[in-house]
Amino acid sequence: MSASLQAAVQEICQACGNDRTRVMDIVREVQSRFGCVTGEAMDLIAKTVSAHRVEVEGVVSFYAFLSDQPKGEVVIRLCNDVIDEMAGSERIVRAFREALGIDFGQTTPDGRITLEHTPCIGMCDQAPAAMVNDVIVTRLSSDSVWAMVRELKAHMDPKRLVQKLGDGNNAHSLVHAMVENNIRRSGPVIFADLTPGDALKKAVAMSPQEVIRDIKTSRLRGRGGAGFPTGIKWDYTRSAEGAKRYVLCNADEGEPGTFKDRVILTEKAELLFEGMAIAGYAVGAETGILYLRAEYAYLRAFLEDVLNRQRSRGLLGKDVGGKRGFDFDIRIQMGAGAYICGEETALISSCEGLRGDPKNRPPFPAQKGYLGCPTTVNNVETFCCVARILDKGPGWFAQLGSQGSSGTKLLSISGDCKSPGVYEVPFGVKLREVLKMAGAEEALAVQVGGPSGQMVGEKDYDRSICYDDLATGGSVMVFGPQRNLLHVVSKFLEFFVEESCGYCTPCRVGNVLLKERVDRILAGQGEEADLAYLQDLGQTVKMASRCGLGQTSANPVLSTLKNFRSMYESLLRKPIDGKQLSFDIHQALADAQTVVGRQSVHF
Amino acid sequence: MAKPKVATTSLAGCFGCHMSLLDIDDRILKLVELVDFDKSPIDDIKEFSGRCAIGLIEGGCCNEENVRVLQDFRKHCDILISVGDCATMGGIPAMRNNIPLEECYAEAYLDGPTVHNPSKQIPNDPELPLLLNKVYPCHEVVKIDYHLPGCPPSADTLWEALVALLSDKPVALPYALIKYD
Repeated sequence: MSASLQAAVQEICQACGNDRTRVMDIVREVQSRFGCVTGEAMDLIAKTVSAHRVEVEGVVSFYAFLSDQPKGEVVIRLCNDVIDEMAGSERIVRAFREALGIDFGQTTPDGRITLEHTPCIGMCDQAPAAMVNDVIVTRLSSDSVWAMVRELKAHMDPKRLVQKLGDGNNAHSLVHAMVENNIRRSGPVIFADLTPGDALKKAVAMSPQEVIRDIKTSRLRGRGGAGFPTGIKWDYTRSAEGAKRYVLCNADEGEPGTFKDRVILTEKAELLFEGMAIAGYAVGAETGILYLRAEYAYLRAFLEDVLNRQRSRGLLGKDVGGKRGFDFDIRIQMGAGAYICGEETALISSCEGLRGDPKNRPPFPAQKGYLGCPTTVNNVETFCCVARILDKGPGWFAQLGSQGSSGTKLLSISGDCKSPGVYEVPFGVKLREVLKMAGAEEALAVQVGGPSGQMVGEKDYDRSICYDDLATGGSVMVFGPQRNLLHVVSKFLEFFVEESCGYCTPCRVGNVLLKERVDRILAGQGEEADLAYLQDLGQTVKMASRCGLGQTSANPVLSTLKNFRSMYESLLRKPIDGKQLSFDIHQALADAQTVVGRQSVHF
Repeated sequence: MAKPKVATTSLAGCFGCHMSLLDIDDRILKLVELVDFDKSPIDDIKEFSGRCAIGLIEGGCCNEENVRVLQDFRKHCDILISVGDCATMGGIPAMRNNIPLEECYAEAYLDGPTVHNPSKQIPNDPELPLLLNKVYPCHEVVKIDYHLPGCPPSADTLWEALVALLSDKPVALPYALIKYD
């Protein structure tokens, strides 16, 4: 074992050029070949790439898809977000437990199958869903779980679980997935046709400064959620000092309820890569990196193939788009299961082969980003907009949408609605119209922008989806009248507790305390003062956290306290004699009564 | 007008906070001008004689008697203050919170290196209060109005806080009084 491990590790490191900054690829490969990255493997990797063991171990312990303990040959990861729960994942949980005879977090005694939970895998429109190694299985039922486990036990080949293929490129031989696109509404920007090369050729006919000027004129803002003007970001990146510059594409869409990038990657990868090449031309970069979340690993081979096609078309590689001296190519960096890596500085850390810890800002990535070089990080959808702007002209783009938010936006709509899926809508559209499109007029509440966004009710349905009103990176989760919104809040907090990187205290501790208090209220043990406590603590977490995760994680609490306060109030009780409702003396004494074998004298 | 009454108790604490209170030295003469002491180890009054303005709680709750006393304080006092780190967060006694209670009993009475207990019996007199499954800070058991951190809070901290409370002024604790290194 040891000798073969050594040989394998050396070979894997060699393939990555013994490059310390490629540790993510190295440990991912070791994990996939050996089912874990043991301490011995970590030592070997550290020695080969001249890193410290603790650096390698830091990476392995950080990411959910890496482990130092052996996992089964097949790892089943069932999505446990709230939308899946609403779609009946409880039954699926039971079916998996019974069919495999193990609980979540365990491996079958023969070491073949491991069962785990995982946060949103970007399949909320076809929930409940799970990953079986890299293979996605959707619309699970208890019957299909039993059948799946039976099959797996027989052949141990997750690929063979895919029988009915999805639409569009999901049926492509390199994707081979049962995933459905669910494109419910196409618009002129993302889902329109484009002849490969048209946009890029128009770009390289101009000077880079002119390209940036066009992007500024189009008033394009980042589609990931924060909405920073793309042209200004590029301008900063271009004018920052550095020997090399980089273009990074954030395809780590981990915000629960978001799945629009999945559809772009499946159907519009050319548009995306062309947009990245244009960005490379504009900022003066030779290298682009697509940071692909581990949950979308099933798209990797297909995307590599698209990259190759782009190369053979002359749209990547040397003299791109026929422009002499403009060389630009793209590599795919796989993630390993960490929501925080969608935060741009954490994403950069991850690309550098480090733990996905956010970095201090300033310096901003545009000044010092990937490997200390000026870097622009943009969302998948943003790059697609870029290509379209160059093709159709900034004026055409700017007249779409609303004044402060030009263009269209992809919404991923899921939950209690008739037609979950991806909708391309012009910015400025009213939430009520969106709900009508999706067949969700009955909605009790809508979470706009995912857990880190805000939960709004009926009185806000006439507000607009745009940066200046209801901002969203794309996630729109609908909750019908039968849902307990406090339970939803608790689930969101559970997600943030799990995904906090742990670096700063307000986020690491604050989210745990928020969840505890919400759960206390849910259990009927809350009192009036708890609402003030939640408000106070929520604001502290928001204000004092280091990065976007903690700065937004309290939003579900704060926005429901604002918009659905009566929901909380209906659960509150009055304490008697100043006793805490959450303290149960009988439960607190149960252990002692068992050990000493007598009842309490006082209670 | 009758002087407001103050009650104090030490639950799962070491009496260090009470020692710190005595550390106010000659100011104790001023204090008895301001208040009367009710139930407290300082005057050895065992039961409440009536309603109190302030209850000072040292220590968290490690057993059923602590809970009973604390609930009694809550019932009789207008304002309850968690004094010191044990009352505020469980403190040193809470170090057992990660160890199952059964193991704690076994280590104390059966298997500990200095234990001589041939009958292998865990003491079980009804006089002995049963232990709680873990040590609780006071505010998890009853509502607490204020917390005074420190191990112990210094005499000056206690003095400033009490005087401010009794004279109905905001507590202004300068940095020196809430700095712990």
